[in-house]
Amino acid sequence: MALDPVNTGALAPAVVHDMPVYSTPLVAVPEETTFFVRNMEFHYGDFHALTNVSLDIHDDAITALIGPSGCGKSTFLRCLNRMNDLIAGTKVEGSVLFGGADIYGPGVDPVDLRRRVGMIFQQPNPFPQSIYDNVAYGPRLQGIRKKSELDGIVEDSLKRANLWKEVKDILNKNGLAISGGQQQRLCIARVLAVEPDVLLMDEPCSAIDPTSVQKIEDLMAEIKDEVTTIIVTHNMQQAARVSDYTSFFLQEVAGEPAVLVESGKTNDIFTAPLDKRTEDYITGRFG
Amino acid sequence: MTPSVTLRTPDKAPTAVPQQHKKAELTLVSRSTQIKERALSLLFFLCAIVAVLGVVLIFAFVAVRAVPLFKQIGFLNFIAGTKWSVANSQFGVVPFIVGSVVVTAGALAIGAPLAILTALFLSEIAGPRARAVIRPAVELLAGIPSVVYGFFGVTVVAPLVGRMFGGAGFGPLTAWIVLSIMIVPTISMLSEDALDSIPMGIREASFAMGATQWQTIYKVVLPAAKIGIIDATILGMGRAIGETMAVLMIVGNAPQMFAGLTKPIATLTSQIVLGMSYATPGAFQTALFGMAALLFIISMGLVLTVRILSRGKRGTYDA
Amino acid sequence: MRDLFAEDRERLKELGPDAMDKAVRNQRRQARRFRERFANNAALMVLSIAAGITVMALAIIILYVLINGAPAIASHFPSFIFTWPHGVNAAGGIWPTIVSTIYVTALAMLIATPIAVLAAVYLAEYAKQGRIVTIIRFAADSLASVPSIVMGLFGLAFFIEAFHIPMSMLSAALALSLLMLPIIMRATEEAIRAVPRYIRWGSYGMGATKWQTVRRVVLPWAMPRIITGLVLAMGRAIGETAVVFYTMGMAINMPVTPLDSGRSMAVHLYMLAVDGINLKSAYGTALILMVVILLLNTLAHAIQRRYRKVR
Repeated sequence: MALDPVNTGALAPAVVHDMPVYSTPLVAVPEETTFFVRNMEFHYGDFHALTNVSLDIHDDAITALIGPSGCGKSTFLRCLNRMNDLIAGTKVEGSVLFGGADIYGPGVDPVDLRRRVGMIFQQPNPFPQSIYDNVAYGPRLQGIRKKSELDGIVEDSLKRANLWKEVKDILNKNGLAISGGQQQRLCIARVLAVEPDVLLMDEPCSAIDPTSVQKIEDLMAEIKDEVTTIIVTHNMQQAARVSDYTSFFLQEVAGEPAVLVESGKTNDIFTAPLDKRTEDYITGRFG
Repeated sequence: MTPSVTLRTPDKAPTAVPQQHKKAELTLVSRSTQIKERALSLLFFLCAIVAVLGVVLIFAFVAVRAVPLFKQIGFLNFIAGTKWSVANSQFGVVPFIVGSVVVTAGALAIGAPLAILTALFLSEIAGPRARAVIRPAVELLAGIPSVVYGFFGVTVVAPLVGRMFGGAGFGPLTAWIVLSIMIVPTISMLSEDALDSIPMGIREASFAMGATQWQTIYKVVLPAAKIGIIDATILGMGRAIGETMAVLMIVGNAPQMFAGLTKPIATLTSQIVLGMSYATPGAFQTALFGMAALLFIISMGLVLTVRILSRGKRGTYDA
Repeated sequence: MRDLFAEDRERLKELGPDAMDKAVRNQRRQARRFRERFANNAALMVLSIAAGITVMALAIIILYVLINGAPAIASHFPSFIFTWPHGVNAAGGIWPTIVSTIYVTALAMLIATPIAVLAAVYLAEYAKQGRIVTIIRFAADSLASVPSIVMGLFGLAFFIEAFHIPMSMLSAALALSLLMLPIIMRATEEAIRAVPRYIRWGSYGMGATKWQTVRRVVLPWAMPRIITGLVLAMGRAIGETAVVFYTMGMAINMPVTPLDSGRSMAVHLYMLAVDGINLKSAYGTALILMVVILLLNTLAHAIQRRYRKVR
């Protein structure tokens, strides 16, 4: 595997993993790559969870991460906006570049990173405030106070999240008082309100009703041109339906680190997988 | 919280790659944000330190006041002396220690079983309706001011005890009755916490093997919650030893050795209040501060015991 | 004499020695079942009786105070509440003691709440688990178990004698706030820890800083339980006698500034009960104290219940 020492601006030396630095040619990050991951290792305390993950995430496309449960796909996703920082004892090695810059570089502000790489979780997590305040949360954090401006952002975000029609008359209702599917779309609207470049979705549809799943898949397609989306899903049909690219993660032996087995265009992965293990998983032989 | 990143600095700096990307570079943590977060976390830390400071100051200001006495009559004559006589400058606190021990032991003997059984009832047997009545009642018992308990003791329990056993009714027996009720909520609430933290699964496993409810409680639940219940009892003990107003009002306040269940005695707490009302600065007052320091050490010791006992417990069930 | 079991025995003999054994075993097992059931029922009965005694103790105290206190208040209503005590017997009302109690409690809350809440934020959100946190927790636990007389003497030695604050609302409030600190701290820390992780993630996941997340998401979410803790701490301060006795004094006074002295309801009750000269007023004061505590507890429960419904 070629390794790519890449600069992180003038600030720091490259973060590279376990390699002779000069033996490999320098590779510039390709233009249309949002995330450029090379030889990433991930540890939860003593547990080595992921090993040797190298992956390009393409701009303005939907990438699905699939694999059996416990295969580290959510862990990988959470590395992309440094959510794992919030868990004590985690350790990342290797390069994770976002727009050419090392997100684990010294001095990088994870808060700013997360503003640009938003995240949706498995469990809808609206704050115990009104629907309006939920969506306005992010813009307010950034110092937007003007009512008219906030109104515009709230309406726009809710429309993009396919929720506006259902809640436009109940904007003052508590965000916890709507259905689970609506809550999840509210969370999507909340993230869209800060205009992220990337949207990370960690099994967003596993805890909600089918109608809302449909609406979320629709909205993912609609915002595709503006927001790069990475979705973790255990549902292969969903991955095949919504994504442009697919990556398959697998933990082959319990207790051993998981690996990225194969990634490529969704169509290729699902019709002509190169790896036997991918084929087995897709045809439902395990997992 | 920040994960460490392995930095392997090459011998020479890596060749810079031209930035080809349309997206801007990542923002570094700005100096002002950093300062602000640091300042906030420092402020919170200082608030948290107030508790430590409080404990240190309490001990310092109470114990320091007692030092002159130890110099004057000697520490041993204070802690092991059996005679308390202000006129003769004799300040032996053994009678009060004995008083405190007698009152506390009796209150525990009555109150602890009552409280633990109540907790077992609440956590293992009571239906939602019974629980909705009993739990608030226990909490309310905890909320009643000790002076009200004392008042109740003076006007109800003491006359009752007096009529049954002779005398005025002020003494250890009355204190036992009142104090045992006072420590029920402390022990019961904490024991219930311990019982509730036992996973339902081990109860079900016991039932599934054909055990009766009592067998399950006795053989499975109680051993599992043992440490929590012991902790609760120790803290109840602390409450009983430190209880001031109620004890003061019902224990009779005679600075003499324990002589019988209905003979008035004094405890460490009651003697301090009583003495403070007419003590002038000097040996007498310092003796009272010495007793307060002793009480403080006892209560700290009990808390420390609980800490040490429950250290091993952590991680078994509340992982 | 007729053998009542002859028939049974005949049948058993026919069935053979195995059946005999089995019957005996069966009988034994039944006997054991019976014993077990008996022990179980007896034990459950004991538990119920214990719970009954606890509730009864509360009922007796409440009823006793109510029955004796209600006439004292009712016969002089509302003057019992709104007039001053007078004469050597402290006849009349208890108005200044009510005001003093409210004054000192409010002041103590004002001092203790911000410190306790921020300290809890530190323990729950900022601190690395380590020796410092262990020390702080131990200190808070110790503070919570300091006997009130020791706290009272400390207040006297520290605030009044060392810092020369006169016996007043302020000095009593400072001492009381030390008493309330661990209660509020613990309630707040537990409340913060009960906030689901994924709620925090929602905020972090869109680029909020730690403080923004704590202030705008975690604390609002934890607020009902924090308030419950505050209310219970308030109850503790209102009923506290020894601490107030040594830091506020016992002069009946209407406090205006924080440096004015006064006499709290609890101290008033103590003085009346010990002197035994005006039991009627004592009962009335005790009843008002109890009612206030009862109301505060009910309030705490109401907040808890309401928030459980929303979440």
